[in-house]
Amino acid sequence: MKEFTGRRYGVRLHVNHETHTLHVRAADTLLHVLRDQLGLTGTKAGCENGDCGSCTVLVNGTPLNACLTLAVEAHEQPVTTVEGLRGSEIQKSFVEHWAFQCGFCTPGFICNAQGLIDYVRAEHRHADDELIKEWLQSNLCRCTSYHEIHAAVKSVLDDGEEC
Amino acid sequence: MESVGKSVPRKESFDKVEGRAKYTRDLRLAGMLHGKLVTSPHAHAKIRSIDAAAAAAVPGVRGIVTGADCQELTGELLADRPVLAYRKVRYYGEPVAVVIADDEQTAWRAAGLVHVEYEVLPVVSSPSRALLPGAPLLHEEVEKYKRYGDVYPVPGMNIGNHLKIRKGDFQSGWEAGVVKVECYTAFRPSDHIAMEPRAARAEILPDGEVHIRASTQAPYVIKRFMERYFGLDPGQVVVHVPFVGGGFGAKGAVQLEFIAYCASRAVGGRLVEVSNSREEDMISSPCHIGLEAQIKMAATPDGRLTAAQITLLWDGGAYADMAAVMAKAGIDDCTGPYRIPNVWADSLAVYTNHTYATSFRGFAHPEVTFAIERTMDLLAKKLGMDPIALRLLNAIGPGETTPTQVLLDESNIGNVPACILRLRELMDWESGQRVVLPNGRIRTKGIAALWKTSSTPTDAGAGAVLIFNKSGSVNLMTGVVEIGQGTKTALAQIAAERLTIDPSLVHVSFEVNTKTNPEHWKTVASSSTMMAGRAILEAADDAIRQLKYNAALVLQVSPDELELAEGRVFVRGNPQRGFLFREIAMGYESENGLTVGKQVIGRGSYIVKLTRLDPETGDGRPGPQWSVAAQGVEVEFDPVECRYQVLRAYTVIDGGVIVNHRGAVTQMMGGMSMGLSWATRESFLYDNQERVLNPQLRFYKITHFGENPDMVVDFVQTPYHEGPYGARGIGEYGTIGMAGALANALSVAAGVELFQLPLLPETIWRARGGGSVHDPV
Ligand code: FES
Ligand code: FES
Repeated sequence: MKEFTGRRYGVRLHVNHETHTLHVRAADTLLHVLRDQLGLTGTKAGCENGDCGSCTVLVNGTPLNACLTLAVEAHEQPVTTVEGLRGSEIQKSFVEHWAFQCGFCTPGFICNAQGLIDYVRAEHRHADDELIKEWLQSNLCRCTSYHEIHAAVKSVLDDGEEC
Repeated sequence: MESVGKSVPRKESFDKVEGRAKYTRDLRLAGMLHGKLVTSPHAHAKIRSIDAAAAAAVPGVRGIVTGADCQELTGELLADRPVLAYRKVRYYGEPVAVVIADDEQTAWRAAGLVHVEYEVLPVVSSPSRALLPGAPLLHEEVEKYKRYGDVYPVPGMNIGNHLKIRKGDFQSGWEAGVVKVECYTAFRPSDHIAMEPRAARAEILPDGEVHIRASTQAPYVIKRFMERYFGLDPGQVVVHVPFVGGGFGAKGAVQLEFIAYCASRAVGGRLVEVSNSREEDMISSPCHIGLEAQIKMAATPDGRLTAAQITLLWDGGAYADMAAVMAKAGIDDCTGPYRIPNVWADSLAVYTNHTYATSFRGFAHPEVTFAIERTMDLLAKKLGMDPIALRLLNAIGPGETTPTQVLLDESNIGNVPACILRLRELMDWESGQRVVLPNGRIRTKGIAALWKTSSTPTDAGAGAVLIFNKSGSVNLMTGVVEIGQGTKTALAQIAAERLTIDPSLVHVSFEVNTKTNPEHWKTVASSSTMMAGRAILEAADDAIRQLKYNAALVLQVSPDELELAEGRVFVRGNPQRGFLFREIAMGYESENGLTVGKQVIGRGSYIVKLTRLDPETGDGRPGPQWSVAAQGVEVEFDPVECRYQVLRAYTVIDGGVIVNHRGAVTQMMGGMSMGLSWATRESFLYDNQERVLNPQLRFYKITHFGENPDMVVDFVQTPYHEGPYGARGIGEYGTIGMAGALANALSVAAGVELFQLPLLPETIWRARGGGSVHDPV
């Protein structure tokens, strides 16, 4: 039996504009620390294997699977979870377009979509369907047909281009 | 109507998009222990011994439970399944033990230290092989298991349930037919893949009260089962269900709840959570059933069906559980929505060494529809008839009887021909079923017609309570679980319609608590809106009576002289004389403080009126009504590579009056997506020892973003007179016909009849004779 030390490391996470100093095990994923230590349970665990995207959060603006990110890797990085996007255009658009049913995949989709919106706006790019597909294919939804999600994301991207 | 028929947004919308909606595992509780399953690495083996000493020695481990500690046998109709495997494992991934520890990591680590010694046994790999003479028996004495209700296991065979339909005179019908076809379809088990893996928590309080919190579609069934298997008074069992991250039938079965309860029992009643990893959710918890079907149909030369012989061999896996019920649901509607006077059908829940099965969206209908619709196309080809014309000619309707001999009328069945005709128009069928493009690709169309009744137990029912607030708004309590289907919003619309108020004034309770919410059989079978809607109408009428009573006392008139509109009660013909609900909902307080009348609480309930089926002929009433639909797909096929793209998918459904339009459209689209995903790519892969090779989402692919075809959804709205405002049920129907329609389109495109799922390019290539070895099913 391997020796189990349970050793912990200090990390500082900046989550949704709040700074938290935490003690984590080296193997703790960002997903577990967000959910278990910070109570941010909006981020969901659908597979913990990098296959479903339901754990997607923004780390330094980039969508990452929190189940494949170690908490220690997020040290001193700004992290945004679905809770931190409250009131955002994309959330409203998801509601308007019926882009969810059970809602379990929704936080991951919303974080990923927000990453895309921020990227497109920063780069002044036009987001065509191929680009949207490339970004959102990492997330699975079993309830909707994805068309609803596509419409929700597209509408925010199109609005952004108009102004 | 003011509320019914409108696209009222889901009431829980912002809780879901802002990450506040709580699912079972989201509630953090101090002191909660974690259980981790130890699962079987073999599909069939004797358990020689279990050595848990090393695991027990890990600091932080609080208990270990094995099959010897919980020998209660469980099962929906046939009690053949131990809570944890005892003496024998019967499928790969079967839970053998649960290790309970302070935290997840410790439980996982210790679970790896439980040493189980097995003696491997030969496996049963498919239903047809399970029935061969000399096949290994999964359950040696199936006849000794306790039965709950109508279930017919066959002694000495791998059969957990055998159901029959004998309608008309099959033999003479068969002989009367001139054109005959035979069709054999097959596919192996697959999985629901609800995005939230199943999870359950249990705690036993010192006074004996048991609290269970679970990701389930069946909280009241859990309550009943705790009485059935553990002898608890249902009043002592409180089941809490927060939001559920998708169900699709997977969460209609009870499994982890029992394990969590036994785990809690082993650690002095402490709160224990047992939650599935994705892998466990796929292979350890019940999956989507497989089926081998053999269909024979006979018709007159002009295409009128005269007889059908239908044999359904369900791959129910290691335990009968819901497969025994699905065998019944599948035979109830086994002919598809067609008039066939003479039917001889057998439906067998067969034991194999696969993960045991549970209901999947459509409850045995997507599976049977695939077989029937393939047969219909074969018949159309043999008759030289247009597939739509053949279906129209034989469409079942009022005045005719179902396979279980229910007489259909204008109300209890939707309009099959109207759905088919509308589909024909939407698909522009007349422009041709098969077109070869200049680049050599082939565009084809395929269709399927379908129907489904609920196949619920005869005592399935629903209840509703409407509690008025002082402001005149109401709180609506039902036992329906919000699994993503949007029923709670539809129910609020029904209540609002009857009470003449805005749906925003109806506050629905999302969390189900079986102690305070009235019983609702299960959130399955596309029947929640219908059943709970009926209960709500009764509750609303009860509340209206009380409102009128309060108002009548003050107005000094008879309650009969009062009527309701826009949230007011007033004297008929004199609208000024009356009260807003808020003035009388808690009784009317006069100027001197004297209050007349009293708080308004409406209650209502509903029970389906069904009968048991005759074991020899199948006669009986399996459900209250039939929603019907016609579905189609258009594909573009590459004849060289056997690859294809689904271009468009169509559904025309008669689900009665639609309560929430946008909600219904998105339900249908989601269902179509699921049906196509299953038909195009989903299946468990097994090695020769029946171990699952693809128990993770990386290798078990479901449809991804951007892969779905365009979708067209339309409605025919034939009211069901007993449904709330004429509603029937829609939740599952989008899934049901997709596999049949797709296989029909691809068979035309590929020029070869396709009888297996999933329809991978390889499946088509092999059907055309590609490859040297034909994979046996
Ligand atoms: S939970 Fe992280 S990708 Fe599925
Ligand atoms: S809404 Fe249920 S998984 Fe996407």
